Amino acid sequence: MAHDEALGDVGRRDFLFKVTTVVGGVGVAAATVPFVTSMNPSADLLAKATTEVDLAGMDPGHMRTVAWQGKPVFVLRRTEEQIKLAVASKGVLDPVDDQQRVKQAEWLVVIGVCTHMGCVPNLEGEGWTCHCHGSQYDYSGRVVRGPAGKNLEVPPYHFSAADKLVIGEA
Amino acid sequence: MSNKIMQWVDRRFPLTSFVKHDLSEYPTPRNLSYWWNFGSLAGIVLVLQVLTGIFLAMHYKADVAQSFNSIQHIMRDVNYGWLLRYMHSTGASAFFLVIFIHMARTLYYGSYRAPRELLWWTGQGLLLLLMGTAFMGYLLPWGQMSFWGATVITNLFRATPFIGDQVVVWLRGDYTVGDETLTRFFALHYLLPFVIIGAVMVHLIALHMVKSSNPSGIDLADKDNIPFHPYFTIKDLYGLGVFLMVYFGFALFFPNLLIEPANNIPANPMQTPNHIVPEWYFLPFYAILRSVPNMVGGVVAMGLSVMLFAFMPFLDRSKIPGGALYRPIYRLQFYLFIIDMMILGYIGYVPPTDQTIVIGQIASVVYFGIFFILPFTSKIEEKWLRNRGLPAQVEALIASEELQIAQKKSGGK
Repeated sequence: MAHDEALGDVGRRDFLFKVTTVVGGVGVAAATVPFVTSMNPSADLLAKATTEVDLAGMDPGHMRTVAWQGKPVFVLRRTEEQIKLAVASKGVLDPVDDQQRVKQAEWLVVIGVCTHMGCVPNLEGEGWTCHCHGSQYDYSGRVVRGPAGKNLEVPPYHFSAADKLVIGEA
Repeated sequence: MSNKIMQWVDRRFPLTSFVKHDLSEYPTPRNLSYWWNFGSLAGIVLVLQVLTGIFLAMHYKADVAQSFNSIQHIMRDVNYGWLLRYMHSTGASAFFLVIFIHMARTLYYGSYRAPRELLWWTGQGLLLLLMGTAFMGYLLPWGQMSFWGATVITNLFRATPFIGDQVVVWLRGDYTVGDETLTRFFALHYLLPFVIIGAVMVHLIALHMVKSSNPSGIDLADKDNIPFHPYFTIKDLYGLGVFLMVYFGFALFFPNLLIEPANNIPANPMQTPNHIVPEWYFLPFYAILRSVPNMVGGVVAMGLSVMLFAFMPFLDRSKIPGGALYRPIYRLQFYLFIIDMMILGYIGYVPPTDQTIVIGQIASVVYFGIFFILPFTSKIEEKWLRNRGLPAQVEALIASEELQIAQKKSGGK
């Protein structure tokens, strides 16, 4: 028809319109990548990957809180009694053997961030208590009372010498 | 001369007609009570917050090493810095108080009902923006409560399916709340108020389309509307005077009443305070979060508890015009909801014990229950009231509204 002739190939126009929309949409989506990614941790933050801890002078029952990647890590030299308590149970809400959570029974190394909302629990009672919402953890860092549902995380670590601990590298 | 200038402007920009249509001669129901003051009050508080905030930003430093001290600098050394800061911190509470009353009025008088659904939803969007702005602003003094509040709230995003952990790191820009987080929260805390101003414009355009509701719940005839100026400019000004007395009472005499003492201790990422609480305006929602034993469930419940208001136009199925004033069952539900909110607020404030957790859970169930039974109670109530006999004019009004809806439906086909 005359109308179509004036417009040329309508099917071709439709196709071009759709392709332009798709390419434009992909372009806009791609342009958001640098903005969104810029909000992720920067290179200098990623570079602070490991923390070395000197364990000399820590008596049984003594705990230290050290910063690793900005997070508090609890390093507890457990007493005989605490080890006994930890080995005796498997935890309550997230059961796991104590042996799987430590490299040496004497040293417990866990990230001191409550798995519920990220507060730092305090060492009190038979383990740790989080004062934000009342979660409790035992001497293996396993959760024994909610609202938290997971055990305190064990970071990758190794002993580089008898009294030197490196957190961040298994 | 000024007449000529106005004519010159009006040929190029609809200034005079805009002022007449939307300000001076804007038709307003003559029977508005003082509960209708809180919309304009919220606008004035927004202006106060933006104004004090811009001047505070001239002295504040968004850097973990300097921010806490820059607040002390503002308080001690900056001329009238103490006034600006106390006005701003009190203003945040005042903003929520005014908005909560504004929302309670809407709920009580049923102002969310047709045709004002979009007005209500833009208000819901404004509430979310206000909450976000207040939350980010609270991090800026970099005290213990600032830090741990931001830690707990950003942690909520761990509930995101599949990529929860990455989302939290992305929001913070670090593995914990740190310098990156502080700087971006400052940037957004400065930006969001202007987004709010834009959203307020949308809210007002929606308002001027459907006009103000009124205590009767019936759209008034033209003869019952009076011009906004001078009747409501003077009424709003009187209300503003009362508000300012309360506001400055707090800002000048009890400025620290609503600031948690722990926030005067610089943030310490290695030590959580024994008792952390959010600001009072978040307490009921925080109590709901704490009441659910499962983390994801708690986050969903809290999100829902804020968003449920948006569903009110659908949940309330009564055809009887007006709100709680003429609807005894709805009125009962309204007051129960307010009392429940107060209980939740108290539970959110006290440290969790076995007893408070149970009370919080009951109050949370009541909170959601009130919304969920509304579709049924509103229908039952309508039947009961109509059987008992409504005034003939009200029945006529309901009939004419039903007819309109039927016509629209058949017209659409």
